[in-house]
Amino acid sequence: MGDFKDTWTMAKRSLRHIVRSPDTIITVVLTPIALLLLFVYVFGGALGQQTHGLSYVNFLTPGIIIMTVISGIAYAAFRLSNDIQKGIINRFRTMPVAPSSILGGQAASSTLSNLFSSLLVLAVAFAIGFRSSAGLIEWLIFAGLVTLFTLATTWMAIFFGLLAKTAEGAGSFSYILMLLIFISPSFVPTESMTSVLRGFANNQPLTPIVETMRSLLITGTPGDKAWLALAWCLGILAVFYAGSLRLYRNRTVSA
Amino acid sequence: MEIAIVVNELKKSFKKNDVLKGVTFTVERGKVFALLGSNGAGKTTIINILTTLIPADDGVATISGFDVAKHPDKVRKSISLTGQFAAVDDILTGRENLELIADLRHTSNSADIAADLLEKFGLTDAADRRAQTYSGGMRRRLDIAMSLIGNPPIIFLDEPTTGLDPEARNDMWQTIEALAASGTTIFLTTQYLEEADELADTIALLHEGKIVASGSAHELKKLVPGGLVELTFHDEKQLHGAIDILKKHFRVTAGENLTLIVEIGEGAKNLADLFIQLRDAHIEPVDFSQKLPTLDDVFFKVTRNKKEDK
Repeated sequence: MGDFKDTWTMAKRSLRHIVRSPDTIITVVLTPIALLLLFVYVFGGALGQQTHGLSYVNFLTPGIIIMTVISGIAYAAFRLSNDIQKGIINRFRTMPVAPSSILGGQAASSTLSNLFSSLLVLAVAFAIGFRSSAGLIEWLIFAGLVTLFTLATTWMAIFFGLLAKTAEGAGSFSYILMLLIFISPSFVPTESMTSVLRGFANNQPLTPIVETMRSLLITGTPGDKAWLALAWCLGILAVFYAGSLRLYRNRTVSA
Repeated sequence: MEIAIVVNELKKSFKKNDVLKGVTFTVERGKVFALLGSNGAGKTTIINILTTLIPADDGVATISGFDVAKHPDKVRKSISLTGQFAAVDDILTGRENLELIADLRHTSNSADIAADLLEKFGLTDAADRRAQTYSGGMRRRLDIAMSLIGNPPIIFLDEPTTGLDPEARNDMWQTIEALAASGTTIFLTTQYLEEADELADTIALLHEGKIVASGSAHELKKLVPGGLVELTFHDEKQLHGAIDILKKHFRVTAGENLTLIVEIGEGAKNLADLFIQLRDAHIEPVDFSQKLPTLDDVFFKVTRNKKEDK
């Protein structure tokens, strides 16, 4: 119970950081919105021919939400690394506060803020013609999946935030994830890719996640890759949660 | 006498660099203990081990009876650390910084505690400004105030006055003295002999990974030859006459420009004897000055001896 209270205390601190740096909020939300508009209005005419009768904005929106989350978690890594460089983490480490609370506060605030960004991006998608046939249950499952994906990738961000030598370098892992979005069925169907790339695209972790999200929103069913998506999210979460706590305990202090 | 901190044969290396080569000392409860050493002597390494931030390679350290390596959670309940660089949250206001720590210490009235400390440390006017707008001295004060929340019985201060201007340093000294008066055990590191002399009940000199001397400032000063007296004479004849007489009783060293340095040791009697003997021989120095030992003398003597031992 005490740990939960501490986690919330740490989350409140971190949320204040987020709210007080409006420039990062703008970057996190505006970049995906700009890409959404770019893809729909510039590339959408051509790409829309390949999406089997699905309007391109409907095809694209789940991938853009994934991109929103990934650009958001990079800042979680930055914030954590910055805390380490400034010595404030050392202060917490010498206090009777559980490591899971110190890191968990960052995870909670990152998840909350990314869900908020995703909601904004979704609102813009609606405004430019995105329509869903999902019912309440499907929307709730969709929200659950986005939350789980955000939580899992946030712990990945925490891991890299702990590992990084400088705050500036802490978010660079997210470029790899960004690349993974492009080599997946997020923006274009994989059929048009070369065979090697298609093999990779069809089997990488983001693919079942984006396809399940799309299936939930468009057809109103989880689709046949839902369990795989769930397994990837839980696997990423477990590995990076354990890895982060281990790294946190063993990392010698620099300051 | 109750012991707050025991450190026994502590060793720590970073890569191939042996920073601590067997450090041993104890700190009494309710006293101010100063760990004195030059830059890079390993002071912060000792603090980091004692405050559970890093493990030692060898040796034992206990705080309030708990082994820092085996029971870090229990140790953390009785300590607080103010590091070398003010670890305050720049994005939060002074008040929010204090309330954050109060919440983490599970106090029931965080807002009152914060208001009280802001008042005590002269930060009330700046309470609702972000800490990044604070001056160096204000950040240090906020930092210390954060350390006091929850009344930890043992406080670690790593170079609390490094980088402060004289006025802010004076404020810090007063804060430390007030804390000590309230019964808190204080472990501070410093590279300033003056600071250790001013504040500490016990001083330990850390040099090349070992404690080379420890004791009260008074005890340490006894390690160097007591008071030195420098006499100046009118001419060579008087100087040599004085050497002949005084060398029977004291260690004397002739200096430049007709001066003579006499080691008279402790006490006023020796000083009186010196002048009586000179008067009986009808020798009158034209000038004299007395030099009392300082911690600097101790430090230089002890570290120089170490070099000669090698």
